[in-house]
Amino acid sequence: MTVDANAVQETDPEAQGLAARPMHPLVEFWVYFRESRGAVAGMAVIAVVVIVAIFADVLAPHDPTEQFRDSLLTPPVWAEDGSWAFPLGTDAVGRDMLSRIMHGARFSMVIGLVVVTLSLSIGIGLGLVAGFFRGVVETLIMRLMDIMLALPSLLLAIVIVAILGPSLFNAMVAIALVYLPHFARLTRAAAIGELSRDYVTASRVAGAGLPRLMFSTVLPNCLPPLIVQATLAFSSAILDAAALGFLGLGAQPPLPEWGTMLAEAREFVLRAWWVVTFPGLAILVTVLAFNLMGDGLRDALDPKLKRS
Amino acid sequence: MSGETVLTAENLVRTYTTGGGMFRAAADVKALAGVSFSLRAGRTLAVVGESGCGKSTLARLVTMIEKPTDGVLRVDGRDVVGADYQERKRLRQEVQIVFQDPYGSLNPRKKVGAILEEPLRINTRMSAADRKERAESMMAHVGLRREHYSRYPHMFSGGQRQRIAIARALMLQPRILVADEPVSALDVSIQAQVLNLLMDLQDEFDLAYLFISHDLSVVRHIAEDIMVMYLGRAVEHGPREAIFDAPRHPYTQALLASTPAVEPAHRRERIALTGELPSPINPPSGCAFHPRCPFATDRCRTERPELRPVHGREVACHHAEAIADGVATRKGATAAADASAAQ
Repeated sequence: MTVDANAVQETDPEAQGLAARPMHPLVEFWVYFRESRGAVAGMAVIAVVVIVAIFADVLAPHDPTEQFRDSLLTPPVWAEDGSWAFPLGTDAVGRDMLSRIMHGARFSMVIGLVVVTLSLSIGIGLGLVAGFFRGVVETLIMRLMDIMLALPSLLLAIVIVAILGPSLFNAMVAIALVYLPHFARLTRAAAIGELSRDYVTASRVAGAGLPRLMFSTVLPNCLPPLIVQATLAFSSAILDAAALGFLGLGAQPPLPEWGTMLAEAREFVLRAWWVVTFPGLAILVTVLAFNLMGDGLRDALDPKLKRS
Repeated sequence: MSGETVLTAENLVRTYTTGGGMFRAAADVKALAGVSFSLRAGRTLAVVGESGCGKSTLARLVTMIEKPTDGVLRVDGRDVVGADYQERKRLRQEVQIVFQDPYGSLNPRKKVGAILEEPLRINTRMSAADRKERAESMMAHVGLRREHYSRYPHMFSGGQRQRIAIARALMLQPRILVADEPVSALDVSIQAQVLNLLMDLQDEFDLAYLFISHDLSVVRHIAEDIMVMYLGRAVEHGPREAIFDAPRHPYTQALLASTPAVEPAHRRERIALTGELPSPINPPSGCAFHPRCPFATDRCRTERPELRPVHGREVACHHAEAIADGVATRKGATAAADASAAQ
């Protein structure tokens, strides 16, 4: 980042008509993003979660599904009877909580990634088609999206999982479908706004075909609101997957998915607080971090909030 | 200076259908109601008129963004409307456009180099190195420096952006350049630079310009021929000298009178236009200008004047000679108001 800023400043003074100190878009983005401390903190937490998810095999003290039969429901290390062998305690069948939460981070990241990729790509496709073709096609697509938005999101997800059958993958598909309308609407609105601008007409006059206009000319200019929506959908997807897991419709035991872990621990809430607290905290912190970063991204990418 | 004819338009008509909602009948708007002109290589035809007179529609038809509802458009002697896909694609390369707003006409997410090379990427099979070479030579032509190649549009001032837009329009070596108010969004100090650049490029590449503007002082500087439009029709069309020195149509006279002049001797008698531009959905009967015309008679209200040659240019006015000789009677302001109220 700093290298870029220097390069720009070096060439600047001898440029005759250049606006003063033009910043590279990335540098400019970072300057605005940095202003929100919550967003930077959120990004740091996300970085930690991602690293833990990637290196869970190395970092975790135990295998997440290995059952230590002689130490069931061991409390965390700082409580009475706690032991360093199981820093966050064990669950009802003697599996190490810390290892399970670390591996659970992997599932949460994968869920977020798959859901966001699915609904983002399909949503962008539908939104661009609606924005470019208008008329009957647009009405059909957008009314369908409105109908999907009218249903409570979790209810819709439950219905879809009930049809497809309970599994982690089906839960991800269901959640992706639930978030599809948001992306489609955002893309359509942004595309319609951009289509009326002269640079699109200039591309047309140069002979650009429809795919080029859609994906090379218009789409890159629609991205800022979509990036923000994607980070916010990422956290919602983790939350919804946990909810589906809790209801027994998402990841199936013994997968160490956070929502499923909560569901398994339900009956021990009163006897062993740690079996519900730690997976719950993991969900809370991760979702909060993504929301904070999403807000920061919105502030940094929204030109209306920029002071020039 | 008189090159071959590169573009002819005969009786171009463009109608838009508006409304047509649940409770309204659809209405036809004649944005362009029959315009004819021709463009020759190395010459500039300026199209002048108030906003809403069909100037921009004309630009959209000539650049083949839209098809005319009726009429014939020929580029290089070839009919554009009836052309098949391949032919249109080829003809499209002959006509390029420079837009009014240099802040909206460049893709903010692309570097200057990519913007300039896009037309080549679409229409030719040149290698990346050849494209870059062509882009850099064109940048030199329009007065941009080599290092600007890898910068983003937001790093440039309005005048420089317009230079980029001009360079992009010329990348395909077109024969016709449509300039849709190319300097009206620029500072006055920059306007002259861009206009001079346009004139230099015209000489160098033997370009035909269709120069759309509402700024008569700019038009006087750059154009050899002028077409004045009112409500989708040409009302006066002829060489610059004829129109500037002795306008024959009352609308042209009013337009010229409205340009500020520094020297009191150059100031013309002010002919203030009363009323608004009428709605093109429901244009006035007869001569479209009659509700605002100080010389309007009963004939003007019923019979539409055709373009006819008068004193070395074409004028669409029944009373062109009388106005020229100063014998036309001017109505009082009240009479004009009555006439428009009667509509």
